[in-house]
Amino acid sequence: MILKFSEVRFVGLVEVSGPVMVGPSSSHTLGALKISRFVYKLMGIPDKVDFILHGSFALTYRGHGTDRALLAGVLGLKPDSPDVKNAYDIAKMYGIQYTFESEDLGDVHPNTVLIKAWKDELYNEIEGSSIGGGAIKITKINGVECSLTGDYPALVIVNKDKPGALKDILDCIKTNIANVYLRRINALQGIALSIIELDENVSDDTLKCLRTLECVIEMYAVKLEEGEIL
Amino acid sequence: MKFSELLEIWKGTDLEFSEIILAQEMIETGRDPEKVKLNLKRLMLVMLEEAEKNFGKKFSTLTGMTGENGYKFANYKPMMVSEFNHVATSVALSMGESNASMGRIVACPTAGSCGVVPGVLYALKKVENAPEEKLLKAFIVGSGIGNVVAKKATLSGAAGGCQAEIGTATAMASAMLTYYFSQNPEFVGHAAALSFKSLMGLVCDPVGGFVEVPCVKRNGSAVNVAIICSEMALSGIESVIPFDEVVEAMYNVGKSLPESLRETGLGGIAASKTAESIVENIKKNWEVK
Repeated sequence: MILKFSEVRFVGLVEVSGPVMVGPSSSHTLGALKISRFVYKLMGIPDKVDFILHGSFALTYRGHGTDRALLAGVLGLKPDSPDVKNAYDIAKMYGIQYTFESEDLGDVHPNTVLIKAWKDELYNEIEGSSIGGGAIKITKINGVECSLTGDYPALVIVNKDKPGALKDILDCIKTNIANVYLRRINALQGIALSIIELDENVSDDTLKCLRTLECVIEMYAVKLEEGEIL
Repeated sequence: MKFSELLEIWKGTDLEFSEIILAQEMIETGRDPEKVKLNLKRLMLVMLEEAEKNFGKKFSTLTGMTGENGYKFANYKPMMVSEFNHVATSVALSMGESNASMGRIVACPTAGSCGVVPGVLYALKKVENAPEEKLLKAFIVGSGIGNVVAKKATLSGAAGGCQAEIGTATAMASAMLTYYFSQNPEFVGHAAALSFKSLMGLVCDPVGGFVEVPCVKRNGSAVNVAIICSEMALSGIESVIPFDEVVEAMYNVGKSLPESLRETGLGGIAASKTAESIVENIKKNWEVK
């Protein structure tokens, strides 16, 4: 589903009169940064990253600083950091390999980016759209369709696709669950991906519990930081 | 909630209008008024800090189409306008240029229109020596005006044209000035309505789609619309059409604008010959492969 700009609703006074960000564009700079920052929150600063730009993201690109915002996001910079404009230098300092490419990603929002990120032996693919006013939607994680706003913490778990696996995982989680997305990603090897959006950050106990589970293969906790919780 | 409803509530109490806006926010969002006030104060202080830092500076912007307008204006001795207008205009231009060079801004209400509100905030502080608490109350009222527009219409140039972005920023700024000098919410409504009526139909036609031309200078002129609409309201001039109906009209005009005039960079001045050749030059260097 494509969200039109006009459908983005402002919650209240603080959203109308804010946020603090670096310019020039809430959809092309702030939104882009928030999508790629999700990758950082998922796996830390990657060693190598490919940005596949779709539609308007590919067209305006440097004129809206979309390239620097995307790089800044995977480096973990915050949306109001004065360092966003220096993202190329910082990426060089970390020795990150990166590429920007333009590609038609199909029937997606005009401001969409697909981010392929490698770190050690880990590889993740995140697709997200900037839907206006700086609001974003993470639309795919490793091929599994979802709809995360980035306003909630999330768990991304690669697990064995077998009876009771989801029950074991959910049993570990003590916070309220906002949304669950899951899909088999490799039938041959019996692997599934579970994306669990939560109302609060996961506790260390929950993470410890999940780590002991035999069915959990890979696990990522996307946490919200101070200042991101309204 | 409509502005007229907020006015009605205010008339039935002894509270300040800024308190009514915070109370209504609590009813609509469940947020603690003290926390909302604190968050708004933070936004206001960031704007003042950035205004001070960027006042009259030269910028190297992303496309190079702008960057020295704030510098030129701040270093010029105006022939006609007051010191208040001069300071407000310099800030509005400088913030627009800071935004175009990836500087820190407050999207109040949007990034493209980020110069207008800090323009009047900073002028109130510098020229009028505004105390922080009084300034914050005015900012809350301005945010309340923006909130009415966000709920009943749109703040997005892509949806409603520039009148929705710079128009809202101007209405907010004009409301702030009017509340600051009069504490009279009825005057506030007139100032905000007069602002929108002055900018009704304004199209969003950025050259190349970039937030520079005409956005930066439009911030500079819009802040003066905010000031003069506030002066008119303070003098007792009333908007014949009430604010809520003006907002509705603005929304309807926005919806009837063709797509080429809603942030696509395809119409208005963006479609001029000069714009096309400038954009061709800019893009020559950095097409994505």
